[in-house]
Amino acid sequence: MTEDNILVRVEHLKKYFPITRGIVFQRQIGAVKAVDDISFDIRRGETLGLVGESGCGKSTTGRTILQLYRPTAGAVYFEGQDLAKMKGEQLRRMRRKMQMIFQDPYASLNPRMTVGNIVGEPLEVHGVASGKERYERVQELLQLVGLNPYFINRYPHEFSGGQRQRIGVARALALNPSFIVCDEPISALDVSIQAQVVNLLEDLQAEFKLTYLFIAHDLSMVRHISDRVAVMYLGKIMELTSRDELYNNPLHPYTQALLSAVPIPDPVVEETRRRIILEGDVPSPANPPAGCNFCTRCPRILEICHDEEPEFKEVGPDHWVACHLIA
Amino acid sequence: MTTLLEVKDLKTRFYTQDGVVHAVNGISYTLDEGSTLGIVGESGCGKSVSVLSAMRLIPEPPGKIVGGQVLFEGEDLLKMSMDEIRHVRGNKIAMIFQDPMTSLNPVLTIGRQVEEALELHMGMSRSQARQRAIELLQMVGIPQAEDRIDDYPHQFSGGMRQRVMIAMALSCNPQILIADEPTTALDVTIQAQIIDLVKRLRDEIGMAVIWITHDLGIIAGLAEKVIVMYAGFIVEEAPVKELYSNPRHPYTIGLLGSLPRLDARKSHRLVSIEGLPPDLIDLPPGCPFAPRCAYVIDRCLEENPSLEAVGSNSHRIACWVDVKTAPKT
Ligand SMILES: Nc1ncnc2c1ncn2[C@@H]1O[C@H](COP(=O)(O)OP(=O)(O)O)[C@@H](O)[C@H]1O
Ligand SMILES: Nc1ncnc2c1ncn2[C@@H]1O[C@H](COP(=O)(O)OP(=O)(O)O)[C@@H](O)[C@H]1O
Ligand code: SF4
Ligand SMILES: [Mg+2]
Ligand SMILES: [Mg+2]
Repeated sequence: MTEDNILVRVEHLKKYFPITRGIVFQRQIGAVKAVDDISFDIRRGETLGLVGESGCGKSTTGRTILQLYRPTAGAVYFEGQDLAKMKGEQLRRMRRKMQMIFQDPYASLNPRMTVGNIVGEPLEVHGVASGKERYERVQELLQLVGLNPYFINRYPHEFSGGQRQRIGVARALALNPSFIVCDEPISALDVSIQAQVVNLLEDLQAEFKLTYLFIAHDLSMVRHISDRVAVMYLGKIMELTSRDELYNNPLHPYTQALLSAVPIPDPVVEETRRRIILEGDVPSPANPPAGCNFCTRCPRILEICHDEEPEFKEVGPDHWVACHLIA
Repeated sequence: MTTLLEVKDLKTRFYTQDGVVHAVNGISYTLDEGSTLGIVGESGCGKSVSVLSAMRLIPEPPGKIVGGQVLFEGEDLLKMSMDEIRHVRGNKIAMIFQDPMTSLNPVLTIGRQVEEALELHMGMSRSQARQRAIELLQMVGIPQAEDRIDDYPHQFSGGMRQRVMIAMALSCNPQILIADEPTTALDVTIQAQIIDLVKRLRDEIGMAVIWITHDLGIIAGLAEKVIVMYAGFIVEEAPVKELYSNPRHPYTIGLLGSLPRLDARKSHRLVSIEGLPPDLIDLPPGCPFAPRCAYVIDRCLEENPSLEAVGSNSHRIACWVDVKTAPKT
């Protein structure tokens, strides 16, 4: 992998949210370690899937990469330049190339704006197009995502969940970005509508050579859409490798348990599957355990796991794992 | 197999400002003793309303059960007095829901709530109830149940709350457990815990289960018989293996085709079902799936097909077309 092929490089990224007490004099009494020292690359034109259970830090990772949250520590290189060090106009210009699609198609669109204004706003804000030019570009974008351009003056509530998600996609595409963070874009949609939106995202990627960070908790869909997959748990990346390697040869005990927990829509297959049932719940990111973050639930735990944090390292070609079991 | 519950031509509507919502449109099915029935379908297709109607838990108004029978132990639940139906709900048929918080009282301890159910329905004394409550919480896998029994609901995680709901449901040794998407809000490893728990208890106690979900994966590993709902109708019913290996209704075929699989060897383009489900206030005159159907013929637009056997008696579909021979249109 040459440096040229890498669009985004995340290095030792941390995002802690302070926990404060007191109303007039706020003192920090702790921190939610939402993202706690993660490193990975996103290659040009690929879809990197980011999976993990709710609260493990997926959205925070996506937002911190885009500098919607400023990192507590670490670097985010986009085309070789560290976004974490940028501010003002320089960051604004970089932001045009990076967009986000959100999970909730109901909450993420301003209900008082027409579809035309929602989709066209980035064009206006970045001074790219206005007036008739903007109007035409918006119509083109609506068509691109499979919406009737005739709907340009309607409001979000007049659309179904799947259609609203298309509006969000059109807006994200307005500035011709090269990188899009898709934060659970289909989780709120029904199965038959999910397929429509996923197919659209795949078509757009092919047409515009887009690079995706695809955040999801549905491991079947992530397998479908991703080239490589990163598995997150309690603020850390536990395993990262190519799609087929991850699903055929998962090495981290958490990945193994996670995959075994996903039901497969086939009764014959289900009959013979053995589930690894994890005990208990995920600990709070405000108070993660010492040693390995998974040590409170790991079915294959070693002595050392309580004391020492396992290093995230490459254990096979392009296969990264953080676990003491894997030397 | 003895039939435990029989639902016949059940119809429920909601009379709203916008019009009459045809939520459940004449559905019929049976549940055998000790068996598990899966009800699947996308949001709004009438899964919850169909079982809530059977349990007489529909808010009236705006809802109204406008027809049908629900036979349990030879009696029609729809004709029972409020006291009688309450007795059935407390002692014979139990329900768990997606969001346990709506069924738990936030200001009472977990223990108090389980104990109250036992005192009310099983006629236990306070100390008996406390003892039994601890046993039940242990049975559903709450660690340190003796200590945690005095916690409040907010001190429990989502998965633990669902376990408490299961403990309460089991407190009366029900013959039927109705589970309405109990794992939809939970993470997949917690979902696996809950499904594992319900399966274990089902096999130990021998109760029948109706499991409602939008997830065809869950049903595959859990149910013996499956009902697929669309727009308030049952469009297909089959034994579980038959449904997945030989789906005969275009909607079921579409649903299975739009699902990516964890064990897929090769990733191919998902087959999406175009369009949206119909508005239940303004149902089309013919087959409700006709506007989205890949096999639609003229007749589908005029007449709504009823649920009829195909192949074997246990496999039924509501469709004018035989997908095995018909061309896609
Ligand atoms: N703005 C915020 N302020 C404080 N805590 C936050 C904030 N955003 C997220 N968190 C916390 O950080 C952790 C990770 O959250 P998130 O990144 O949203 O997880 P995921 O997307 O994987 O569900 C959670 O414990 C969450 O409560
Ligand atoms: N209290 C109510 N008032 C009006 N309509 C309702 C009410 N409850 C349910 N409905 C409607 O009935 C239909 C079926 O709902 P429901 O059974 O909850 O669907 P599902 O459980 O399959 O997601 C939906 O169109 C829903 O909007
Ligand atoms: S009846 Fe017609 S429209 Fe309905 S599912 Fe069958 S073929 Fe499709
Ligand atoms: Mg999130
Ligand atoms: Mg429901």
